[in-house]
Amino acid sequence: MRHGKYPFIIGFLVVPVALYVTFVVWAYIQAFYLSVYEWSGLGPVENFVGLGNFRKMWDDTLFWQSIKHNVFLLIFLPLITVVLALIFAFLLNVGGGHKGGVTRGVWGSKVYRIIFFFPQLLALAIVAVIFGRVFGPDKSGMINGLFPDSWSPWLFLADERYAMGCLLVVLVWQAVGFYVVLFSAGMGNIPTEVYEAAAIDGASRMTLFFRITIPLLWNTVQVAWVYLGIAAFDAFALVNIMTVDRGGPDGATSVLSLMIYRNAFEFSQAGYASALGVVLFFLTLTFAWVTLSATRRESVEA
Amino acid sequence: MTTITKTPSTTALSAGRAPEPRRDLKIATGLSHVALVAWALITAGPLLWVLLASFKSNTEIFLGKPFALPNQFSFETYANAWSDAHIGRYFLNSVFVVLISTAGTMLFGAMAAYVLARYKFPGNRAIYYLFVSGLAFPTFMALAPLFYILKGLGLLGSFTGLILVYIAYSLPFTIFFLAAFFKSLPYEIEEAATVDGASHVRKFFQIMMPMARSGLVSITIFNIVGQWNQYLLPVVIMSGPGADQKLLLTQGIAQISVSAGYQAEWSTLFAALVLTILPMIVVYAVFQRQIQSGLTAGAVK
Repeated sequence: MRHGKYPFIIGFLVVPVALYVTFVVWAYIQAFYLSVYEWSGLGPVENFVGLGNFRKMWDDTLFWQSIKHNVFLLIFLPLITVVLALIFAFLLNVGGGHKGGVTRGVWGSKVYRIIFFFPQLLALAIVAVIFGRVFGPDKSGMINGLFPDSWSPWLFLADERYAMGCLLVVLVWQAVGFYVVLFSAGMGNIPTEVYEAAAIDGASRMTLFFRITIPLLWNTVQVAWVYLGIAAFDAFALVNIMTVDRGGPDGATSVLSLMIYRNAFEFSQAGYASALGVVLFFLTLTFAWVTLSATRRESVEA
Repeated sequence: MTTITKTPSTTALSAGRAPEPRRDLKIATGLSHVALVAWALITAGPLLWVLLASFKSNTEIFLGKPFALPNQFSFETYANAWSDAHIGRYFLNSVFVVLISTAGTMLFGAMAAYVLARYKFPGNRAIYYLFVSGLAFPTFMALAPLFYILKGLGLLGSFTGLILVYIAYSLPFTIFFLAAFFKSLPYEIEEAATVDGASHVRKFFQIMMPMARSGLVSITIFNIVGQWNQYLLPVVIMSGPGADQKLLLTQGIAQISVSAGYQAEWSTLFAALVLTILPMIVVYAVFQRQIQSGLTAGAVK
């Protein structure tokens, strides 16, 4: 042991630990504590209600509506994004076939990868502003502007039947490129001999995709699924900026994160907001646990 | 990485390959290109549309024909967006905050990760898991308490408060990533330095940091992009009196977007969007490879 080890260790840890404990750990502990109070956010914390906030949630139709929308995103965001990204990544890495000992992607795959990835660099808030206009309900909207004048414009976000679908489209639009790059990196780690052997045996591209790529990429797919699932619990920026009446029309796009924000900062229900936060916490953990154990399988050694 | 060559794939059928009818291969390759081109158009279309609309007048925007060229290219909307809509100020605010908070995140994150990865002391694992557990918790849960903590410290609506919060919330992933990285570095050089009488601090700055460069670059990019794109934390923290001077870019654009709905200053909004997106495109064009690997580094390993 060299002299001065402990002063050094403490010196290096004190600032990061202090910042982290003050703003993160303490905030999470407080969230549990506040969840059993009916507290407006002003003045001292008072009105202990025990599980009252959770009972209130049980009777809150907006809460169940929000959960429904979160579940909708939880199912379809990972599903659509992963399927599209896997197909594109496969085309870009293996789709060009096999020649002279090299498995290749289709022509121009580098350019595609650059274009696809770009939306990932934009803040979800900026993406929300753009797509709020893309889905504009009159000729000023990009999609309605493409239709001939004689067609009656689609309402998109203003129609409660389609509003959630529009949000899903935006999330997929932004996410696909990232997972194409992620899966491409994974496919790059698959030894080309595996593809070569299969190709010599006369395997079609379909066979290569389902019998080689997917099994060898399973760990990455699993990680992607968890990431996208956690992203599906958020979507706050989209709903807050893009939707009609923030979460509307008539609650048709409300999500848990929006409810937490509005209760905390607009409806003076800091206690209720914290209780919703606690529910979100357990939902996220449950989701991650279920996904990881449901998708666990013997990983194939490459 | 992957092996890509420039040869058109339609000629990819070679003698060593199992027989597959050439025509089928051509059709399959053609379909691949259709799918890829379609997605490229879907990706780029909205951005191109924003660019075109930023030059159009309100009347032109409401005419439809989203991809028609504007009647004239005038940069007046850009001047309006930069000064009247304060995009210039929001932009500089964002640059300032992200610059300092990323630097802080990297310094404190690397310090903590280094100590946790390479020194044995009681409580080491406890502190490490305390940091890493932050990865599992949704930020939304802490929203209301975080607001009151900042209020109590008198940091609400201040850059200082926002920067400290950015650093705190970036530490879990930064430490998780860098601790693994520091652990993988060889011990021999460090021991040699110890024999030569280098202090702990000196070893960190002059030996370990340079050796960890590639990991530091990846995680720096990850943090810059993440903090630049933050929306929720600024919305919560940059509130209260006087905060409208200190809005960040994401927050500012969102605000213009809401007010544009009523005042119909649409072309200003589109110009503001272009001013936000353009620097990203330029930076991405230059550092494309590093950005892609930096952002995906966390997910694969």
